[in-house]
Amino acid sequence: MVTKLEKIAGPKHRFLLNMGPQHPSTHGVLRIVLEMDGEYAMAIDPVLGYGHRMHEKMAEGRPYNGFYPNTGRMDYLGAILFSHGYVGLLERMSGAEVPERAEFIRVITAELNRISSHLVGIGAYVLDLGAFTPILYAFDDREMILDMLEAITGSRLTYCYFRVGGVTKDIDDTFIRRARAFIDRMRSRLPMYKDLVTDNLIFLKRTKGIGIIDRDMAARYGITGPVLRGSGISYDVRKSEPYSVYDRFDFDIPVGENGDSFDRYVVRMEEIAQSLRIIEQALDALPDGPVMVKPKKKLKLAAGGCNYTVEAARGSLSYYLVGDGSDTPYRLKIRVPSYSNLSPLPELCKGMLLSDLVTAMGSLDLVIPEIDR
Amino acid sequence: MSGYFSELITGSKSLLVGLGVTFKALISPVVTVQYPREKIDVTSAVRGHIDLVKDEATGTHRCMVCLSCMKVCPCQCITVQGEKREGVKGKVLTLFALDFTKCSLCGLCVESCKPKAIDFSNEYELAGFTRDEFVFDLLKRVKERA
Ligand code: SF4
Ligand code: SF4
Repeated sequence: MVTKLEKIAGPKHRFLLNMGPQHPSTHGVLRIVLEMDGEYAMAIDPVLGYGHRMHEKMAEGRPYNGFYPNTGRMDYLGAILFSHGYVGLLERMSGAEVPERAEFIRVITAELNRISSHLVGIGAYVLDLGAFTPILYAFDDREMILDMLEAITGSRLTYCYFRVGGVTKDIDDTFIRRARAFIDRMRSRLPMYKDLVTDNLIFLKRTKGIGIIDRDMAARYGITGPVLRGSGISYDVRKSEPYSVYDRFDFDIPVGENGDSFDRYVVRMEEIAQSLRIIEQALDALPDGPVMVKPKKKLKLAAGGCNYTVEAARGSLSYYLVGDGSDTPYRLKIRVPSYSNLSPLPELCKGMLLSDLVTAMGSLDLVIPEIDR
Repeated sequence: MSGYFSELITGSKSLLVGLGVTFKALISPVVTVQYPREKIDVTSAVRGHIDLVKDEATGTHRCMVCLSCMKVCPCQCITVQGEKREGVKGKVLTLFALDFTKCSLCGLCVESCKPKAIDFSNEYELAGFTRDEFVFDLLKRVKERA
């Protein structure tokens, strides 16, 4: 007799396993259909779209400034970085000028946001591997960033802080003092993370050599961000195509060697240290002046397309806008980093143990609402 | 075989170092608070739902029914209505409703208001059983706020 299971999975005694869309380690609403042979995943099929909210279509139906809140809701962990891309695009298209102080504040807040995003990424990753404590430590540090950003942006997660022509609120001495205190604290905490997680033998054994993305594979799938740098390719939009005032700061691009899950984790850890360096330099060189030049009239963009790329927490983020001379875009296309970072998963995880698959997928640090958008 | 033992030793050492970190956290000051009983002050910059500002001089709101907040809101959650009254210059506000279920707290309405008649409240403890509980009558709220 042919069992029901065999009807689905064929005579090889393989069975289908649904991972997600509510599985904690799929970080949101990603569903992965796995064809399992015992403990081994023989075929992987990610199913997307559970969090689709039509953000690109929404942009077409509202004036340019009406899209500000949407940018923060795609990648909710790196909302400021996503806003940065959008306002940068509008400024490039309209030629709006931005005061220097505002550009510095943008860099400072964006880097703080990057750190908080990496802290969640790292904490959740280690949680996926079964260690509960580190995420609490990461959230403790992240809390300081959230408090700081809350005092100037008014929000803790989905910031809507950048505007064409500047930022909504100036930073004050309290913020600067807290930011400096945070830099010191975070620097003293990094060795703690090393002791607690990075040097831990169980962590090493579970991540080293797991989910190796080599240079060729990374290039084939258009991977960006810490995942690409983990594979040893030193590409960062902040360096290769500096936007805002990033060309004025001295920082390194950490790269990995083997392209395995461990390298991707280490790259994120080191990026936190580099972001601290950028924030420190920006605070030292912070110029005086206004933070906002209000555009005189309602923003209308000429017909034609324009692209703007920034380095979001998970990789390169591009906004491509086609205007038609009115006050709404004709089309806004958003290239999000997580989508291309997810795409190697079927090839990467073929034949992997289920527990290693969680390791490999967690190390990609995906934010699913950003993919679905 | 020697690799196995050296790994056993470095591994145990790494675990002990990690335990040392958690032990330090155990004896360091507590950073969490027991929320409903204990609360952390929120900054005045926090963006709660919007509220009409009460003008100290006149004892009432400053809205002049220009409708620019209603037009700029990307989520269409503001409804403002006004009427002409005898002897009063401009329009008189008769309804200011906010559907907070749709608000994305972007701040565009507050920025667009010339007389600075609206601002964010500091209320963050909002929970309810129905959607209707989050349709606020801001005009009523400003009148009730003595
Ligand atoms: S923008 Fe200000 S003055 Fe105009 S309707 Fe709104 S609250 Fe009233
Ligand atoms: S904050 Fe934004 S979404 Fe909320 S009422 Fe004001 S304009 Fe509308």
